[in-house]
Amino acid sequence: MSELEYLKNQHKLGRLSRREFMGRSAALGASAATIATMVAEVDAHAEETPKSGGTLKLGLGGGSTTDSVDVTSYNDSVMIDTSPAIFNSIVEWGHDGKTKPELAESWEAKPGAQEWIFNLRKDVKFHNGKAMTADDVIYSLNLHRGESKSGGAAAIKNVKDIKKLTDNQISILLESADADFTYNLTDYHMKVVPNGFTDWANPIGTGAYTIEKFEPGVRVLLKKANGDYWKKDRGHADSIEITVINDGAARLNAVISGQVDAINRVDPKAVGLLQKSSKLDLVRAPGGWHTVMAMTVDQAPYTNADLRLAMKYAMDREQIMKALFQGYGQIGNDHPIPKTDPYFNTELAVRKHDPDKATFYFKKAGLTDPKIVLQVSDAAFNGAVDMATLLQSSCQKSGIPMDVKKESADGFWSNVWLKGAFVASYWGGRAAATQMLDTAYQAKAAWNETHWNNEKFEKLLRDAKAETDEAKRKSYIWEMQAMLSDEGGALIPVFKDWLQAGSKKIGGLAPTSGFDMNNGYVCEQAWVKA
Amino acid sequence: MGKLIAQRLGLAVVTLAAFSVLIFAGTEILPGDLASAILANNATPENLAALRHQLHLDLPAYVRFWNWASGVAFHADFGTSLASGQPVLDEIIPRLKNTMFLALAAAIVSVPLSVVLGLTAAIKQGSVYDRLVNVVTLMTISVPEYFMGYILITIFAMQLGWFSPISNVTPEMPFFERILYTILPMSTLVLVVVAHMMRMTRASVLAIMASPYIEMAILKGIPKWRIVVQHALPNALAPIISVIAINLAYLITGVVLAEVVFVYPGLGQFMVDSVSKRDMPMVQGCGLIFAAAYIMLNMIADVLAIMTNPRLRHPR
Repeated sequence: MSELEYLKNQHKLGRLSRREFMGRSAALGASAATIATMVAEVDAHAEETPKSGGTLKLGLGGGSTTDSVDVTSYNDSVMIDTSPAIFNSIVEWGHDGKTKPELAESWEAKPGAQEWIFNLRKDVKFHNGKAMTADDVIYSLNLHRGESKSGGAAAIKNVKDIKKLTDNQISILLESADADFTYNLTDYHMKVVPNGFTDWANPIGTGAYTIEKFEPGVRVLLKKANGDYWKKDRGHADSIEITVINDGAARLNAVISGQVDAINRVDPKAVGLLQKSSKLDLVRAPGGWHTVMAMTVDQAPYTNADLRLAMKYAMDREQIMKALFQGYGQIGNDHPIPKTDPYFNTELAVRKHDPDKATFYFKKAGLTDPKIVLQVSDAAFNGAVDMATLLQSSCQKSGIPMDVKKESADGFWSNVWLKGAFVASYWGGRAAATQMLDTAYQAKAAWNETHWNNEKFEKLLRDAKAETDEAKRKSYIWEMQAMLSDEGGALIPVFKDWLQAGSKKIGGLAPTSGFDMNNGYVCEQAWVKA
Repeated sequence: MGKLIAQRLGLAVVTLAAFSVLIFAGTEILPGDLASAILANNATPENLAALRHQLHLDLPAYVRFWNWASGVAFHADFGTSLASGQPVLDEIIPRLKNTMFLALAAAIVSVPLSVVLGLTAAIKQGSVYDRLVNVVTLMTISVPEYFMGYILITIFAMQLGWFSPISNVTPEMPFFERILYTILPMSTLVLVVVAHMMRMTRASVLAIMASPYIEMAILKGIPKWRIVVQHALPNALAPIISVIAINLAYLITGVVLAEVVFVYPGLGQFMVDSVSKRDMPMVQGCGLIFAAAYIMLNMIADVLAIMTNPRLRHPR
C-alpha cells in the first residue's frame, strides 16, 4: 500500500504521467477499481479551485519561545512555515522539486555558470507601499554574507559579489561555477526585505500576509495584507492562526477534534489512528531528511575501508526503518541523495543486510582490537539512541564489537558532533544533489562530518557543478553516489517521509519533498473550503 | 511578632541573593551557549563567532553576572532576551499571568477540597469513606501528571467532546471562555496535589486526636465533628499550612509537563525552552521568579504557623 501511495503522490505532483501511474500501480498488484478511484481522487484534487476567505488554523510542531521573525534566525518548522506568508524569496522551490520564478521573473547563467543574471519583477510592492527593487534584494542577500550570524550563511558562501545592473536586474558572481546556484536561493533564510530594514518586531515584506500578533513559541496570527497580492492565485485565507504545539499527541488531538485544520510532523505510530477518521487526510511525501551515523575516514579504526564496508553490511536498514519510522520512509544506501532527487542513481542496488558478508569484511579488515564507539544522543534526532542500539545488536550478530555511548542532549551539536570519530546526526536534505554533496562531503566543507577527502570525488563534484549538459551532470553525480555508497564513511539507513495531516475542510495541502507543509508555503497555498 | 516578620523578610532577601548567584553559576556550567544552540548544525565557525560577539557572550562571566545582578537589584531591569532582543520582563509577565491564573484556579479548588476531605476522613477514621478517599487520592497522585492529562483529554475532550484538548489561552479571550479552556489542566493539577494535602490534614488531625485533652473532650461527650474542628484542627494547622505552601509553590513552578500536554502558554514551558536555547537572561529571570515564589510562600507559611501556634513564638 505504501508504494502505491508513493506512486499516487508522484502522479499528483505531475512527476508521473497518468499512463505511467496506471501501469506501475497495476504492476504492484492493485486492482483496476482501486486504480480508478485513485486516478479520480488525483483528478478531483487537481480540479479543485481555491476559495477565498476564512481563517486557516494550523497546529505546528517545531516552535520555541526564542523564535524571531528575523530572517537570519530561522531553524525550525514554525518560523520556516510562517516566513513565506510575510516575505517572498527570489526563487521558489516548487512542488516538483525544481526551482521556479518568485520575485525574480527569470534568470540566466553566463557560460561557465559562474555569473548569474536575475531579472526582478517590476510589479511587486512591500507592505508599506514601496516598490521592490534591486537594492532591496541585494541588501537582503547581504544579510547572510560576510560577518553574519545567519544560519543561511553556508548556502550562499560561494557568492563572491552581487552587483546592481539596473533597478530590476542584478548579477551574482560566484567564487566557483555552480549550475545549481538557483537552488541555493531557495534556502528558507533567503527572504527579501526592504533595503536597510532591521525592525524585526514589525516585519515588512512582499508576502500575502502581515503579522497581527506574534507570541514566540505560542502562536502567530497573520492577516491578509492591504491591497492585492501580486501572486493572483495565492494567499486565499483572510487570516491564518498558527498555534505552536510541540507535543506530538497534543498536535494529533488538536487536528482530530477540529481545533486546528492541519498539522505537521505526524507521528508514524499514529498514522493508523488518523486513517480511521473520515474527516482527515494524511499527506505523505518522501523527502531528503535522512539519518546519518558518520565514521570519520581519517581516524582509526575507521580508516580501514573493509571495516566501513563491514558496518554497512551489518546494518539492518529494514529493521531500523520499521522500528523507528513504521515504514514511512525510503531505505537509504549510504549516500545522501534521496529518491525524489532528479539525480538519484536508480541503478545503484541498495545494500542488503548481510551478516555473513559483514563478518567476512570485518575479518578481512584484520583489526585486533577495534574500539568502535558510536556517540549518540536524541538531540541528533528523535530515536537516534534506538537506532544506535539496533546497529549495535546487528553488529553483534556479525561478531563486530560495537559500543554505544549516550551523550548528553545539551551541547550535543557543539561538543560531540564534528568532534567525535563516530557520531550520529541528521541532514534536512538540500534542494539540489550537488548542494548536499557540497555541504557535507566536499573535502574543505565545514560540515564534512566523515572527513571524506577523495581527489576523484572532488573533481567529479567540481565538474558536476560546472557542467550544464544534463547527461554528463547525471553521470558525474551518479558516480559520486556510488563512491560514497561503497567507500564513504557515512551510514545512511533511511530517509524519512514528511507526514502531515489536514482536515477535508481545507484544500491545497500538497505533498512536497523539500520541507514540511508545502515546502513551507502552506500559508499562501492552502485554503478553507467551507 | 513584627520583629519576627522583619527577620524573616531579611532572611528571604539574603536567600534570594544567594539564589541568584546559584542560578547564574548553574547556567554558566551548562555545556554550549546560545550561539551554538540557535545555530545547531547550521553553525560555521564564522557565524558562530559573529553571533557570540553580538550577544556579548565573549565577555568574562563575572562581568556578565555583575551587569545582570546590578540591573535586577537597582533598576528592576532583568535584561533583554538574547534570542528575541525584547526585555525579559515584557516576555515573562504575560506568561507569569497565565501560570498564576492556572495555579490560582487549581489552588481555589484543591485547598478547600483537600482540607475538607482530610477532615471528614479523620472524623470517619477507619470507615469505608475514609478508605475510599485514601485509595482514590493515592491513585491520582501515583499517576504521572502528563499521563493524567492524557487520560482527561481522552475522556473529556476526545470522547465526550466537552472541552478542547488544547488549552491555548490568549490575552483577549473572555473570562468565561478562559475558565472553560483552563478546566482540564486545572483538574489535572488538582488531582495531582490533592492527595498530599489531604493526607497531611488527616494525619495531623489524627495525631492530635491521640492527645490527652482530646480524650478529655471525648469523655465530656462533645460530638466528634466538634472535637475535630474546634479542638484538634487549630493545633494541627502548622503542618497543614506548610504542606499547602509547598503544593502552592509546586503549582507555580512545577507544572511544565501539564503545560506541554495541554499546550498551555505558561512560564514553565518558557523556562525549559530558554534553557535548551541557552537564553540566559530568560532562564535567570524565570529562575529568580520561581525562587521568589518559593521563598515567599514558605515565609508566609512560617509566619502563619507561628501565628496559629503560640509555642513556636518562643523557640527553645
